[in-house]
Amino acid sequence: MVPVAFEYHRAGSVAEALSLMAQHGEDAKILAGGHSMVPAMKLRLSTPTTVIDLGGVSDLKHITDKGDHIAIGAMATHWMVESSDVISAKAPALRDAAASIGDVQVRNRGTIGGAMAHSDPAADYPGPILALDASMVIQGPSGQRVVSATDYFVALWETAVQPDELLVEIRVPTTPMNANSCYEKFAQPASRYPYVGCAVAVDKSGGTCSDVRVGFSGVGHVGFRDSNVEGALKGQALSAASIKAAADTATNGVDVLSDWSVSEDYRRAMSRVYARRALTKVGL
Amino acid sequence: MGKMIGESIKRVEDHRFITGTGEYTDDIVLPRMTHAYILRSHLAHAKIKSVDTTAAKSADGVVAVFTGEDVAHINGIPTGWQVNFTDGEVMREPKHPLLVKDKALHVGDGVAIVIAESKEQARDAADLIEVDYEELSVVVDASKALEAGAPMVHDELPDNRAFDWQLGDKVAADTGMAKAHHVTKMRIRNQRMIANAIEPRSYIGDYSKARDKYTLYTSSQNPHVIRLLMCAFVLGIPEHKTRVVSKDVGGGFGSKIFHYAEEALVTWASQQIARPVKWTAERSEAFVTDAHGRDHNTIAEMGFDKDGNITALRVHTDANLGAYLSTFAPAIPTYLYGTLLQGQYVTPAIHVTVNGVFTHTTPVDAYRGAGRPEATYLLERLIDTAAAEMGMDPAELRMKNFIPAFDGVEQPGYQTQVALQYDSGDYEATMRKALDVLGYNDLRKEQEEARKQGRYIGIGFSSYIEACGIAPSAVVGSLGARAGLYESANVRVQPTGKVSVHTGSHSHGQGHDTTFAQVAADHLGIALEDIEIIHGDTEQVPFGMGTYGSRSLAVGGSAIVKALDKVKEKGAKVAAHLLEASEQDLEYIDGKWTVKGTDKSIGFGEVALASYVPHNFPEGLEPGIEFNSFYDPANFTYPFGTYIAVVEVDAETGTTEIKRFVAVDDVGNVVNPMIVDGQVHGGLAQGIGQALLEGAVYDESGQLTTGTYLDYAMPRADDLPSFEVDRNVTPCPHNPLGVKGCGEAGAIGSTPAIVNAVVDALRPLGIKDLEMPLTPQKVWAAIHNANA
Ligand SMILES: Cc1cc2nc3c(=O)[nH]c(=O)nc-3n(C[C@H](O)[C@H](O)[C@H](O)COP(=O)(O)OP(=O)(O)OC[C@H]3O[C@@H](n4cnc5c(N)ncnc54)[C@H](O)[C@@H]3O)c2cc1C
Repeated sequence: MVPVAFEYHRAGSVAEALSLMAQHGEDAKILAGGHSMVPAMKLRLSTPTTVIDLGGVSDLKHITDKGDHIAIGAMATHWMVESSDVISAKAPALRDAAASIGDVQVRNRGTIGGAMAHSDPAADYPGPILALDASMVIQGPSGQRVVSATDYFVALWETAVQPDELLVEIRVPTTPMNANSCYEKFAQPASRYPYVGCAVAVDKSGGTCSDVRVGFSGVGHVGFRDSNVEGALKGQALSAASIKAAADTATNGVDVLSDWSVSEDYRRAMSRVYARRALTKVGL
Repeated sequence: MGKMIGESIKRVEDHRFITGTGEYTDDIVLPRMTHAYILRSHLAHAKIKSVDTTAAKSADGVVAVFTGEDVAHINGIPTGWQVNFTDGEVMREPKHPLLVKDKALHVGDGVAIVIAESKEQARDAADLIEVDYEELSVVVDASKALEAGAPMVHDELPDNRAFDWQLGDKVAADTGMAKAHHVTKMRIRNQRMIANAIEPRSYIGDYSKARDKYTLYTSSQNPHVIRLLMCAFVLGIPEHKTRVVSKDVGGGFGSKIFHYAEEALVTWASQQIARPVKWTAERSEAFVTDAHGRDHNTIAEMGFDKDGNITALRVHTDANLGAYLSTFAPAIPTYLYGTLLQGQYVTPAIHVTVNGVFTHTTPVDAYRGAGRPEATYLLERLIDTAAAEMGMDPAELRMKNFIPAFDGVEQPGYQTQVALQYDSGDYEATMRKALDVLGYNDLRKEQEEARKQGRYIGIGFSSYIEACGIAPSAVVGSLGARAGLYESANVRVQPTGKVSVHTGSHSHGQGHDTTFAQVAADHLGIALEDIEIIHGDTEQVPFGMGTYGSRSLAVGGSAIVKALDKVKEKGAKVAAHLLEASEQDLEYIDGKWTVKGTDKSIGFGEVALASYVPHNFPEGLEPGIEFNSFYDPANFTYPFGTYIAVVEVDAETGTTEIKRFVAVDDVGNVVNPMIVDGQVHGGLAQGIGQALLEGAVYDESGQLTTGTYLDYAMPRADDLPSFEVDRNVTPCPHNPLGVKGCGEAGAIGSTPAIVNAVVDALRPLGIKDLEMPLTPQKVWAAIHNANA
């Protein structure tokens, strides 16, 4: 488990990181918590010649209640997300997802920014990020831009973050609907990454479902919002029957991942079970 | 004092483990040490057309590169057990080279070793080696490897068999089956397992030119056997000039019993370059090079008369041995498997046939339980299935067929139909206790209620027996073992009365430092702190056979007791002299020899001092107190028990939740209950892992699909319930401690209990069998198909 030799730089600020990136170009890689990248380097699946460590960038480690949104720095660890009172109160789906990642050691080092930039199709965060309608702040040589969750996840291993850019912040709106959210995960027994992870946020003022967002992790090539379920439930009275009917449409028309341990049929069926369980939890 | 045995003393070794001060092989740093990386075949079957090491040899820091060509003159890795064909043909033992030269036979087969100043440089240089492979066709399944036209693993062996084997009485079994009123027949797959010890294998070869001496530091379960095999059979180097050291070892579960190519390779290479050579497996390397376990394809049938009495058992197994014969490989699916098919039952006729088969996979050898779990699994699945088919209660059907209680003293041992003679047992007692602890009748009612609500609760039994304390040397010798299976001990009393106990067995998690010290403290009546247990160094310990097969206390502990007896015998002579009394008038209590009926006494420490400062000493008696003992057991020991699992299956997802697990064992006398509980807990976790989670999967091309922890599911604490462990005690009648062994019981008994419970839960749906591991997807698919 020895990586190929590389040059190591520790950036003190976002600006310094960006300039180091510009200087070293394509062969450089950003290091956050290292919990996806270092294993890949040790297996020599990833062979950067330069590593730029964000560990010293202190202004990326915040979790702040900004009134209309929670601002989460890219370098906030999974543990910080899991144990944040404001996230727990206003975006519980994100807390559930963070708390379900790996073990305590992993959560103490791995960061939400690293996970979001890595965009592993098997990762936990995409579902809640979509269901909470979060947005991502991306900074590059020409400044900052804000990208919505639906535009952020592009394809397998690909996000809206360009090679010369950094993900710096995640913004989660503090709506009543987001406060009524959860993430239900069916973990793969070996890796404990999700077979299926389903995040939902439901606006159930007045007993009907006036709005709902459903985001899936681990099911497709990228995290996605399930418009079938959302469409089927929106405007309906919330009941076990309406929830089940809506959940049973999950993944219709979506390409579902399969591998040696999990068939497409099974993953589709489990998506429906977990959509129902998540919707039941916060919808009834 | 004198009351240590039976106490749950905290493990004295834990402090160093918990505080990170253990001494594992990879922690050892020697002056001028080099680091090795082994380049391995990424193909399961390939002709090696050329290996070009030119660039690697001139890479930074590289000291040497050796290939299969360079070690072709060295003998292969030997096998320690010979199982000949039933027609008399001798077992086929193709060469298992240290590095392959012409052909790679499994993913992970070693092709070249790169030795450099640093681990990083060795790894980098390995990338510069160019190997030209020609891919060949592959077979990974034992039964498929036996089919006509299957790809051949070894060119000279057209049918891929190493041996075939049988045991029992075929005619009697056929007759018993013919007259059966009911026959339960099953196809059973016992999947391949990977041990996954937390410490990967690690070796350092250290040749001293000054003394013309070799030292091998190794993460092994049995240093003496490694020394013997490596010196005498592989490298041809002098045994007395070779030291093998195996200090702390981070788990073995069988996988570190065997002599591995890398041990001989680093030892040989160290002599070539006259510097120490260290190699430590990477985790992904461990997955494809540590010997695997199990992997049986079996057809088994059990016949019953109309009252439910077993009339016969017939078994055929194709056992996958992998690409080469590992150290104990031939013994596992034969003498440690077929001989256990009597189980706890009075089966009057048994016949078993086995094919030992080569495939393009990692070698298969002993893995916690080794053969006995495979035997137990098929017996317990058969009897549970039979009970359902005949409409009988599974506990009652078992009890009807149990061998009646026998203590091996008043009543003789029980002669089985498959060679072994059980030492002592009371099978119904452990079953009854387990039923009591569980509250069986109430639970069946709960199950009924749950079923009405559409919930799937199941209760699964497993009544296991195993053979431990291996083994009487003459018996195993007659069965093909190429070694004796006694154990050694040396007790060295120091002048200050402190005692060093050397044992030939080896601790890699079992707690010998504590248990053996308890035994010695009790026998000598001295404090635990005054005893040091030393193992794992061939220069300190008399020739021993190591630890596996739950043998340490039954065989190694007995050797210690024998040596302690000699210490006390000599001590009495010294004490009698000093007390001016006759030996017959002395009694030894609480570490003191006392003249009976008087207050005249002398302590162990004073006798020790007098023995090393023999100014006033019995005439003709040698000074010093130090004794060796070699204990060769009279028989195997036979622990047994009944396990009951209660599970609930979530029919929507196929997930199994273990609600309760009751384990009642009888492992004979118990020295340290806490350590026994720990061994049972660990074994249960491992056996449950096999039932629900674990399993090596090869694809058609011979790639190990489950080659990392992303895909190979190990059991974790939250997969398991809080175990309800209880015990009965039927002492072993033939060893001085009356102990039987507890290291493997949990892993042997728990697997079928879980599978039986899941099948019991799903029986209303018409589900009769499921193949392990019972992953959620598999269970879901079965439920789905049953509902369709
Ligand atoms: C044992 C184990 C178990 C795990 N279990 C789970 C699980 O159950 N669920 C789950 O979702 N994940 C799991 N993970 C992955 C874990 O969540 C990682 O921490 C995460 O995927 C990556 O975050 P990191 O901070 O470690 O990033 P790194 O590994 O440092 O980086 C990951 C990638 O993102 C890039 N990057 C990092 N930060 C930025 C940035 N600010 N801008 C642009 N690019 C950036 C890096 O260059 C790299 O390509 C597990 C990991 C381990 C080791």
